[in-house]
Amino acid sequence: MPTVYVNDKPVEIGTKRLNCVQVAELAGVFVPHYCWHEALSVVASCRMCLVEVGDLKDGKVTMQSKVLPGCQTPVKDGTVIVTGEYDKRDKSLPVLPYDPGYTKIAPLGDRAKKSQADTLEGLLINHPLDCPVCDKAGECKLQDFSYKYGRSESRMVDVKNTPPNKPQLSSKITLFTDRCIMCTRCVRFTREISGTAELYVSGRGHHEEIDVFPGRPLENKLAGNVVDLCPVGALGSKDFLYKQRVWYLKTVDGVCNRCSTGCSTYVDANKDIVYRIRGRHNPQAQGHFICDEGRYGYHHANSGERFVRPMLKTEGKFKPAVWSSLLPQLKQEFGDAVKTNARGTVAVLSPFLTVEEAFLLGAYFKSLSNDVRLVMGPVPVIGENDTYPKNTRGESVEPVQFTIRGEKAPNRIGVEAVLNQLQGEVIAFTSIAKESLFAMWFSGGYPDKSHLDALVPTDWKTPALLVAQDLLPTIITASAQYILPATTGFEKDGTFVNHANYMQTFGRAARPPQEARTELQLAFDLLGRKGLVQPDAIRKELAKAVPFFGALAPETRIALETAQV
Amino acid sequence: MPIAESEVTWVQETKLGLWEQLYIPALIDGLKTTLGHMVSRKVTEQYPEQEPKMPLNYRGVHRLNRDAAGRVKCVACYMCATACPAHCIDIVAAPAPAEWQKDGREKYPETFVIDELRCIYCGMCEEACPVDAIELTTLYDLTGFSREQMVFDKEKLLSVFDTTTKAGTDPVRTQAGPLGAASEVPPEVK
Repeated sequence: MPTVYVNDKPVEIGTKRLNCVQVAELAGVFVPHYCWHEALSVVASCRMCLVEVGDLKDGKVTMQSKVLPGCQTPVKDGTVIVTGEYDKRDKSLPVLPYDPGYTKIAPLGDRAKKSQADTLEGLLINHPLDCPVCDKAGECKLQDFSYKYGRSESRMVDVKNTPPNKPQLSSKITLFTDRCIMCTRCVRFTREISGTAELYVSGRGHHEEIDVFPGRPLENKLAGNVVDLCPVGALGSKDFLYKQRVWYLKTVDGVCNRCSTGCSTYVDANKDIVYRIRGRHNPQAQGHFICDEGRYGYHHANSGERFVRPMLKTEGKFKPAVWSSLLPQLKQEFGDAVKTNARGTVAVLSPFLTVEEAFLLGAYFKSLSNDVRLVMGPVPVIGENDTYPKNTRGESVEPVQFTIRGEKAPNRIGVEAVLNQLQGEVIAFTSIAKESLFAMWFSGGYPDKSHLDALVPTDWKTPALLVAQDLLPTIITASAQYILPATTGFEKDGTFVNHANYMQTFGRAARPPQEARTELQLAFDLLGRKGLVQPDAIRKELAKAVPFFGALAPETRIALETAQV
Repeated sequence: MPIAESEVTWVQETKLGLWEQLYIPALIDGLKTTLGHMVSRKVTEQYPEQEPKMPLNYRGVHRLNRDAAGRVKCVACYMCATACPAHCIDIVAAPAPAEWQKDGREKYPETFVIDELRCIYCGMCEEACPVDAIELTTLYDLTGFSREQMVFDKEKLLSVFDTTTKAGTDPVRTQAGPLGAASEVPPEVK
């Protein structure tokens, strides 16, 4: 088995093709880096990952006389890596037979450590000290690494380069040119992942700058990722600019609800307001990146138009109602409706519900009568799947790196699985929309109300009793008798099933606004169960009741990783 | 745990002699102090008729300093709000107006509100400030008719700066040496 030694620790690499940074990570040693990114090509331009490299052969380690960039140095059987943190190694391991001539000049690890400190000093030569006004401060790799590997004082006496900012770079992204350390991650991203190649490096040496070609601003559907990729505060999202300092934000593992790809995300919220969505690395879902639709698709949660309390139509006008009297009333109404016409009573389960919510709501309506029909809510499909990279003419190119799906709902498959279990078939909304129904429970949660308005036929017949649960006013809520506030994907704990049957459980980043209750709690209350709902317990119940979700357990939630994309 | 006998030290009351038992020496001792105060310099201040002069490092009402151009010096970095143990500072940041950006000012506080009632006057905010924009002044007699009056906004805090500067009661700097880099005008503009 090929073995690589990192700070004397043997690591078996098998048949994997790795570089020094990756192998060090396997050995539990972090090698700092700016320009290297797993998903992008290697340029070795930042020189932060410098390590000492040698070769173990015939019982002797021959070290190379100079430090090498770890990201660009592939490892093979017998490669020996000494990082700047050699003095923090596991001292219980046997020391390799290093060449005494090499260790005599400088102790092991000293060369790498000094090179890293010098690299940082070089990167900071032109970097402004405007951390107080920089949005990246607090999660900045330049701050972190300077603190850990750099020196505390600057020896720079000359005037720093202060090239002008470039807010015209894109409608969504601004460039603080002076903060850039020229890692070129953003340039490589637009060339390799989005393929649109808007960014390039202009100038040379001291005067290198990131720029766009004239008349071609950075406008593609994946552009927001360059902000996440930027290790310093050079590229800033205009959407988040100066909104919050990052140390106030609480990060929760989320799942994007804007299309059926179901990207893993980080949801950053403070005091129940979502401020930012970032991509979370998950090779099983989407990889490293997310699209701009998902990244900026959280504003509906903070919209002033949202329903925040239940409302009841009396004399043609909606009046606020209280949950304590509304719940028994709803139960009574549906109980009576089922007694008069069970076949004409339907419950529409939206593809924006989590599987737990769909399961509990479905279970409630099936408990009233087995004749009540459970209907799959309208699934918005906008255009075709959009794949990246693209070529300069905007045509998709193989191999596909990222797909933005046309199905703009996160959980159609999950809800269908619940419906199949509870009634053995999936009834589409279009098949019942024109029936004259007796009673309907419509659960929505559509973040884009135009999507729902487009899917409801204009001549649909409003049932005598219509309970509509949604985020924003739509055609359905306008004709409803009861309006219940829905919750967004950030305000609940649950599971979505993406286009490839991949189940992802996510946590709650914010509490529902004002008097809104999660659909899960509501279904729990309707079922007559007492107290606050425990999503984990419902998940267990679901896993037992529906074989499709057999693998789903509370533990399937992916642990919060603090690693950046 | 009960106290061990070995840990206890017994003290005997001193026996008074005849002279001490007369109490006259103690009486004279006390009168000496009283008479001394009667003839010494008066230290009592006749507040409120006579207002005291506070030391310049007194921690009273906050002020928001202005830069050379009369603009608010604060760069809205939230360091004071982060350091504040009473959570009494509320800032809303925004990109600076276009003409400020020419001087390298990128971010400024759109609103800056301090709840003077919630504040505990610890001075952490001025210690945290990287540009010496917030300072505690010598103003101590802060009153108001309502809670709302005691919530100071940006204009009010800037007016405190104007009054204290005019009165020549600028607080002493908590930070020695030049100001932080973020508050300095870039060399080209000078």
